Amino acid sequence: MFDVFTPQLLALFADSLWETLVMVGLSGVIGALAGVPLGVFLRLTDRGGVLENAAANRIVGGIVNAVRSTPFIILLVAIIPFTRLVAGSSIGTAAAVVPLTVAAAPFIARLVETALREVDPGLVEAALAMGATTRQVVFKVLLPEALPGIVAGLTITLVSLTGYSAMAGAIGGGGLGDLGIRYGYQRFLPEVMLAVVLVLVVFVQAVQSLGDWLVRRLAHR
Amino acid sequence: MIDLQDIHVRYTGRRGVAHAVRGVNLHVGRGEVFGVIGRSGAGKSTLVRVVNLLTRPSEGRVHVAGRELTALAPAQLREARHHIGMVFQHFNLLSSRTVRANVALPLELAGVPRADIERRVADLLSLVGLGDLGERYPSQISGGQKQRVGIARALASRPQVLLCDEPTSALDPETTRAILGLLRTVQREFGLTIVLITHQMQVIKQVADRVAVMDHGQVVEQGAVVDVFTRPQHDTTRSLIEEIVPQALPAGVLERIRSLMSADPDGRVLRLAFAGDGSDRPLLSELVRRFGLDLNIVHGQVDEIQGRPFGSLAVHARGTRDQLAAAVSHLRGAGVVVQEVAHV
Repeated sequence: MFDVFTPQLLALFADSLWETLVMVGLSGVIGALAGVPLGVFLRLTDRGGVLENAAANRIVGGIVNAVRSTPFIILLVAIIPFTRLVAGSSIGTAAAVVPLTVAAAPFIARLVETALREVDPGLVEAALAMGATTRQVVFKVLLPEALPGIVAGLTITLVSLTGYSAMAGAIGGGGLGDLGIRYGYQRFLPEVMLAVVLVLVVFVQAVQSLGDWLVRRLAHR
Repeated sequence: MIDLQDIHVRYTGRRGVAHAVRGVNLHVGRGEVFGVIGRSGAGKSTLVRVVNLLTRPSEGRVHVAGRELTALAPAQLREARHHIGMVFQHFNLLSSRTVRANVALPLELAGVPRADIERRVADLLSLVGLGDLGERYPSQISGGQKQRVGIARALASRPQVLLCDEPTSALDPETTRAILGLLRTVQREFGLTIVLITHQMQVIKQVADRVAVMDHGQVVEQGAVVDVFTRPQHDTTRSLIEEIVPQALPAGVLERIRSLMSADPDGRVLRLAFAGDGSDRPLLSELVRRFGLDLNIVHGQVDEIQGRPFGSLAVHARGTRDQLAAAVSHLRGAGVVVQEVAHV
């Protein structure tokens, strides 16, 4: 049954794995760069936050919820004009990174907001009593204290992005999921499908273990 | 050092306006340990947060060290807060930082150079007796040690004023004594002015010079600790004192008094409360010698506030009506509060 794994197919496998790593890695990193500040903003403007502002919180929170409630496959095609503007093309791996990032940022924002909410308000109060600025409260207290929670959130995000990236085939993004659909399903090669799933299982397992290990190292509770 | 003028704090919540502090005036002198006591919900935690404007009062003015905090711009207020240390009930230490880094935090926030921070933190840790625990994380030390870190952190920026919000309420009695002792030591060493919030009269008794009693957002009584303990004016004060010095006589003692009274209808049972200076005089033997009374002590307790004795005695006194009246006025003249335990 392994005779379907010709050298050509194995090369394709390697390419697909690389595409998945690029899509998940890039959208994860860029999504975090946008999502972490967004999460901090949501926490600070929330009720009882240092910069409490109900209107700003509701507007940004509303946008975040809107993006999060749009099914990814719809988001993928709905923002094609934006994708073309950013990536210069609406098809290919680079083009797939754009919608993945747009989906990841609000997801990360909510996870970061939740992690920040877990920080004891007494710590913020103590910092303010010491004369801390808002910036210092964020960088010296909130983010360091929430770091284990944020890392746990980013781990969840990477796992979710791996799932989303399988849909990137719809716009020619490639990746393992796409390989599984095209070869495993459309060409009736169940061995390829199985191999794709196994590789993804190992990949997700590795991401999760690395994340858990980091959280353990960072947490001093 | 600290001046609160006509402070009101109102919170607008879902169920209308809550009036947490209602017209409080307080003056705390330089180098004084000022206690604020009250039941939970009395507004004392809100009041201490008004001093450094963590809670901005709805009305009133706050002066600390000659500056009106309520009139400062945000940047000036942050600068002023560098000179006001704060110690919390639940310590509020950063779990992500070691003991050393926690103590360093206020110095980092104030922009002190790294080398100076290291030296200062080492001094502070040895001051509070944690010289060798600098590399531990808060989760690895005991509650009493955490509060020592909290105190070291509060002292890091060399404040003139230390605000303590229930600093010992999460600690056991022995640790409480040690932490209060430490507060007293650093207060003397640095000439600090301390405002200390607590619901435990024991704490007031051990460290405070003066005390304010809060109830329903108001200061119902304030004065020197000895005076408030011996002559409580308000019901709240009396019930708080009751916890450490029971005002009511134990049932067994009342039983004995009842049998004494029935055996000797002419005798009277007097409750003598004394405090401070007069208590060193041999008052009881004066009663015997000068007024010819027969005395029998049926119950008594003597304690100390700030090194001055205070307490109460219940005595069964026998003598003529005139002798008793003269003795009572003599005692009152010496500053003893006399009450007759009537009709038991």
